[in-house]
Amino acid sequence: MNKPIRRVAFIAMVMFALLLANGTYMMIFRQESLAAQPQNRRVRDAEFAQNRGAILAAGKTEIAKTVPAKDRFKYQRVYPDGKLYAPITGYYSYDRASSALESTYNSQLSGTDDALFVRRLIDLATNRTLEGASVQTTIVPKIQKAAADALGNQKGAVVALDPTTGAVLALVTSPTYDPNDIADHDIEAAGKAYDRLASDPQHPLSNRAAREIYPPGSTFKLVTAAAALADGKTPDSTVESPDRLKLPNTRVYLPNSTNCGGTKITITQALKVSCNTAFANLGLELGQDKLREQAQAFGFDQRHLADLGGVASQFPDKLDKAQLALSAIGQYDVAASPLQMAMVSAAIANDGVLMDPYVVSSVRAHDLKQIETHEPQVLSKAMTPENAKELQQMMLAVVNEGTGHNAQIPGVEVGGKTGTAQSDPKRKPFAWFTSFAPVDNPKVAVAVIVEDADIPRNDIAGGRLAAPIARAVMEAAL
Amino acid sequence: MRDAAPVTVVPRKRRGVELGLIIFALVLTLGAYVLVDINVTGELSASFPYLAGFSILLAVLAHIAVRWRLPYADPVILPCVILLNGLGLVMIHRIDLINDPPLNGARQQMIWTAVGVLMFILVVTWLNDHRPLQRFTYTIGLAGIVLLLLPLVPGLGTEKFGAQIWIQVGPYSFQPAEAAKVLLAIAFASYLVEKREVLALAGYRVLGIDLPRARDLGPILIIWLISLAILVWQRDLGTSLLFFGLFVMMLYVATERAGWAVLGTLLFAAGAYFGYLNFSHVRRRVGAWLDPFSNFDAYYQVINAQFGMAWGGLLGTGLGLGRPGLTPLARSDFIAAAIGEELGMTGLMAVILIYGLIVARGLRIALQCREPFGKLLATGLSFAFALQVFTIIGGVTRLLPLTGLTTPFMSQGGSSLVCNWIVAGLLLVISHQVRKPAATVAPLNPDVEQTQLVKATA
Repeated sequence: MNKPIRRVAFIAMVMFALLLANGTYMMIFRQESLAAQPQNRRVRDAEFAQNRGAILAAGKTEIAKTVPAKDRFKYQRVYPDGKLYAPITGYYSYDRASSALESTYNSQLSGTDDALFVRRLIDLATNRTLEGASVQTTIVPKIQKAAADALGNQKGAVVALDPTTGAVLALVTSPTYDPNDIADHDIEAAGKAYDRLASDPQHPLSNRAAREIYPPGSTFKLVTAAAALADGKTPDSTVESPDRLKLPNTRVYLPNSTNCGGTKITITQALKVSCNTAFANLGLELGQDKLREQAQAFGFDQRHLADLGGVASQFPDKLDKAQLALSAIGQYDVAASPLQMAMVSAAIANDGVLMDPYVVSSVRAHDLKQIETHEPQVLSKAMTPENAKELQQMMLAVVNEGTGHNAQIPGVEVGGKTGTAQSDPKRKPFAWFTSFAPVDNPKVAVAVIVEDADIPRNDIAGGRLAAPIARAVMEAAL
Repeated sequence: MRDAAPVTVVPRKRRGVELGLIIFALVLTLGAYVLVDINVTGELSASFPYLAGFSILLAVLAHIAVRWRLPYADPVILPCVILLNGLGLVMIHRIDLINDPPLNGARQQMIWTAVGVLMFILVVTWLNDHRPLQRFTYTIGLAGIVLLLLPLVPGLGTEKFGAQIWIQVGPYSFQPAEAAKVLLAIAFASYLVEKREVLALAGYRVLGIDLPRARDLGPILIIWLISLAILVWQRDLGTSLLFFGLFVMMLYVATERAGWAVLGTLLFAAGAYFGYLNFSHVRRRVGAWLDPFSNFDAYYQVINAQFGMAWGGLLGTGLGLGRPGLTPLARSDFIAAAIGEELGMTGLMAVILIYGLIVARGLRIALQCREPFGKLLATGLSFAFALQVFTIIGGVTRLLPLTGLTTPFMSQGGSSLVCNWIVAGLLLVISHQVRKPAATVAPLNPDVEQTQLVKATA
């Protein structure tokens, strides 16, 4: 009987070998994907209970930090002044995921990033609890506060950029929310808070500054003007500016909302009074390709500020003449985020050089060693320096003598452009203003949008509602 | 110089080795218990001295029984069993502590351990020799089959977790399949020893495989039908596999004819496929095995066991520092996953190797044994043990579809624990009978007898 017993023993050995091999296989090939499963509560809880790194505004102001907690999790995420910085920090919740920097910098904040691997090993050996890296942003609290205060309860957004580097100095969206509510350790209350915010018709969770696009209205005339200058025109070149313009191949007339000051005016004058027919004619003269090229040089059709999930602004394709005329004044299907319009001003202010906007300047491990830094990067040369300087002067004229007079700051030269956009006749128009200052040595470029501007439709809306906000932001930045 | 005397090999008793290993196992498990307490609550529980004393007492009693009645028994099996039983207790205690206030699972398991050790001591001291069991072939076999089918009796059997393998008497529930496993292994062994000549010799060849005569097929078909009945009515794939596997393997060993094994495997495969086609619970188990993430809610348990082991990684989270409570049934079916989580894959593999050691010692006893009944019984018990470990740990680690077998010596539950202690006792009894020196009476030799007589009257 020994031969079959030996065979049985062999079978038993194979069974045990299979168990061991399967265990090895599991550790090598399955462990990682299992740990990455979103339903894995062990991993999620551990991450949630971690000493997560802080998110800092300029001047080491903590806009998101972690404090010890005494409940089932060891640490609690806290957002001092949460409502103010919500569009930058985002939220970090137990079962409603995370957003904005909390999401895009999760691996660094939680300390699981590969760049922190060696430090993690040292922590393990020295029995220190895992500590995440901190993320330094470019947001300047003073400017951010000024922007939020100036916008107040109005629905809208403000973006302020440093034109020379692309650093985002302020990014405000309204209405906003308090991420502390969603980060609460009372999971049920946090879930309810999230559901309430997500179903709110005012959309407090949406980032209007970088993730929403609106018809830019007359602020887009800056792009048309830039394209005209690039095409060889000068600020003093004249253009037809009838009281109303029959759109080619239609029975529709495009009216002016302001008195353009003549039927043939200079481009400077047209920009100053925001003359619709003059810019529609300029657009028709340039053609859609040149206009689109200029728009793309300013950053249209491309995503920016991916850290905050920024979306691309649009310049439409395949336009007929009537659509081209409307697109040239920022109507039809042209759509831009406030960030995009701030980039237009910033590029003009920076002598035509468009800097890539960014909000995170560095990431530091808990021992303060830098593990990532951002160097300012040129995104494109949107204009020649000469043309840019001419457009700067034209924008200065808009503020000093034209529709943007509400943005004037005593003793400082400010360049700007107003806009009022109506995408849907049933909705109230959007009031826009984009500007930069000082003209000769730019420190800040701003774009402001106020939704549902509650005034009659005319081009002054941007000047009346949005320009004072832009002024307040620029004053804070200077 | 005298002529060399005929050499008689007297096997060493090795009881000291056994005692040393038992002390090692006790230190390991009591240390683990302390670790759990300190890691979970920060202090040693008040009952620890009693628990430690009681554990040591039980281990010493078992050892003394072996030393007294089975001095030549295998020295490795008992320490292995004590280690596994102890680790199981520690893990159950650890899972008790998840609840607030803590549950009393470990205390219950301790009581069952005491019953198990008592049965072990009874087998060791009172039975002492396995051969008399051969006299009760049909009684034991019938008892086994009755026990196996008992959960199907209306009013007696209860359904738990989709399988009807428990019987409920008052507040006590009992899994008779565990006892049936031991009884049927004994019955199969003695039946096959009787019939093996007939089963092996009569038959015909098909495609190079010797097949038995049709009338000799009777027993295997009956066992096949019973195991199918278990599958169909008790809805328990694991028990079904265990019995059929046990029988087919013993048939093969007894007759030394591979035809039986091939036929049995085919029959089981057909039965399993039939089960897959006709029973949703079998399909669900297979689904959870092949692609657990296709249905998170339905396969929650298997998925969570995976999560636990992945979380534990290679070295584990440490005793008391993981979250085994997230996996349902962590203290019974999924105790291997809890071990994998807190002691890591390394710890789980160590546990698997301890099981392997028991199986290896059991099969070694079978090889050394000189009479067919002991050989067959030792092989059957060891193989059933191996098959059970393979099926349940394989199921938990997603090597196989999950079946509701217990993890021997570790899962919470009295019937399994007590029966496995009896198995351990039987293996030791056989090993003692195998290794003890032949009776010391010298063979009769008239010449020698005479000289002795002469010498006496000098």
